Amino acid sequence: MSLKTPSVKVCDLDLHFGDIKVLQKLNLEINQGEFLVLLGSSGCGKSTLLNCIAGLLDISAGQIFIGDKNVTWSEPSERGIGMVFQSYALYPQMTVEGNLSFGLKNAKMPKDEIQSRVQRAAKILQIEALLKRKPGALSGGQRQRVAIGRALVRDVDVFLFDEPLSNLDAKLRVDLRVELKLLHQRLKNTMIYVTHDQIEAMTLADRIAIMKDGKIMQLGTPDEIYNRPQNLYVADFIGSPSMNFFKGQLKDTKFTFGRLVLPMGSYNFKNKSKHSEAVIGIRPEHIITGELAKKATVTTNVKVKLVEPMGSDTLVYADLLDHQIRIRMEGNAVVKSGDILEIGIDLARASLFDSKTEQRI
Amino acid sequence: MHNSNHSEVPRGPKPKKAFSRSNIIIYGTLIVISIYYLLPLWVMIMTSLKGMPEIRMGNIFSPPLEITFEPWVKAWSYACTGINCDGLSRGFWNSVKILIPSLILSISVASVNGYALANWKFKGSEVFFTILIFGAFIPYQIMIYPIVILLREIGLMGSTAGLVLVHTIFGMPILTLLFRNHFAAIPDELFKAARVDGAGFWGIYFKVLLPMSIPIFVVAMILQVTGIWNDFLFGVIYTKPATYPMTVQLNNIVNSVQGVKEYNVNMAATLLTGLVPLAIYFVSGKLFVRGIAAGAVKG
Repeated sequence: MSLKTPSVKVCDLDLHFGDIKVLQKLNLEINQGEFLVLLGSSGCGKSTLLNCIAGLLDISAGQIFIGDKNVTWSEPSERGIGMVFQSYALYPQMTVEGNLSFGLKNAKMPKDEIQSRVQRAAKILQIEALLKRKPGALSGGQRQRVAIGRALVRDVDVFLFDEPLSNLDAKLRVDLRVELKLLHQRLKNTMIYVTHDQIEAMTLADRIAIMKDGKIMQLGTPDEIYNRPQNLYVADFIGSPSMNFFKGQLKDTKFTFGRLVLPMGSYNFKNKSKHSEAVIGIRPEHIITGELAKKATVTTNVKVKLVEPMGSDTLVYADLLDHQIRIRMEGNAVVKSGDILEIGIDLARASLFDSKTEQRI
Repeated sequence: MHNSNHSEVPRGPKPKKAFSRSNIIIYGTLIVISIYYLLPLWVMIMTSLKGMPEIRMGNIFSPPLEITFEPWVKAWSYACTGINCDGLSRGFWNSVKILIPSLILSISVASVNGYALANWKFKGSEVFFTILIFGAFIPYQIMIYPIVILLREIGLMGSTAGLVLVHTIFGMPILTLLFRNHFAAIPDELFKAARVDGAGFWGIYFKVLLPMSIPIFVVAMILQVTGIWNDFLFGVIYTKPATYPMTVQLNNIVNSVQGVKEYNVNMAATLLTGLVPLAIYFVSGKLFVRGIAAGAVKG
């Protein structure tokens, strides 16, 4: 690995197809050795952004830097990137070895150098035994390993992943996710990873960029994204089951909705504005039940509507002031529909948003 | 423990009788239809193996009493067409000289066209493609005279090269469509991966796409071989007697007005002319079907 692992910098990136603006004035800086995940639902522009960084799409305006080089108009192969695709995109007529060495041969690298790089990548990914096989004779997991290997042999500073695990079955996906993280710890390359799977994003990322309609809604560590979402969209998008939201009024540090008055004294305000319409967001696991509920600042009773046992924890649907709320309880919680449940709310970990701007208060 | 009762349990689908009523109807119909279609071929082959006296006796369906290959020899090497009396052999070689360059030229140009249109979209590429496809629906007859003028102006009228050019151009719309749809069906990511790997326009074409597209090239080859070999119209218009393709030569033999009609020679000549496309079908039939299906179904 080279000593200098540079960052990727995207400045005022615009991309439109005809009249459709796919990306607008997008700015993004990725630190050296950082694992950045671009997260968003379909059509938010995350793959498009990745393709722009890779040089597979010509951008309409703005600039892209990789390291200290302006690569805005460089060919993909000149940008010092390796890319892994969702559909693996292996060359079907070439052996695994041929697939790995194709890029190096195009770069006119000497034969023994190619040989040693292929061997090294194969060893890292444990695909040495497969080198003589064709992609058709490999399983999905093996194919994706080869695809990662193809990026690896290029010995580049920046790896781009376009939903690499989406085509794999659930178990394999988890295994490869762990391997990817180990690989990143070992290689310490800059990695940009596109996914729509928030578990993947949370587990892999150093920082997550949540995108919507070609804009970055929030860029932050998984902890920031999860615990301090900066706007309603991010709050709603991250977390499964998603946050409980209640509309109400915020007066000084009191949040009122219906008959409930929540003293938000322990809440870490970003900017205190008086008398505003606001939305409070509470994660299902921040609704406390059982003995602990009695100690919470706000307690109330709710009627259980539905129980979904999920093994590790239990999801309870209940009615609170005409709202259906979701409560996450322990896996062994004894509760059934029809029960009256005493709940408390952990207000310090709630999130408040302005109703109009949808921004965090 | 007895395992014998295992065999008493019926397993698998119920065996069907070979001579069930539906089978008899299906196979009966198929056999009758194939006889109907094969009968002309039978008559041709039988007639080509008979001498003229035997043909005059009638009995066109009966096999020859005395097999003779003389009509085949005559058709190939010394049947007369006008002033030339060297049979179809001259036409055969003319056709080969027309076919091979047209085949190579049209397929290589069309495949690169299709590749560029599918993978390297440029401004107006869709319009360009539409115009090209539109060309496939214009009747040939409209363009005959303009092409005569065109060939005359560039000095290729009456030459084999001129006819090769005409075949290449007329094959372009359908072949480009074929290749474009084929390349468009190949996942885009493969193409992107090759670009990241530093392959350029030709590198991707030759090293990545071409090796995985052999069936579609076979399809194009079959289409072109049959099309060009069986062509009569362009051959008779754009070449001259010395360079007439085999089909024109055949017509001249069969339709010659002097002397007796030599049915056996005519039949042999016709069969000889049809042999090339027939051989292509037999050799590559399987690939043809596979290629058509592969091109048609996206994915």
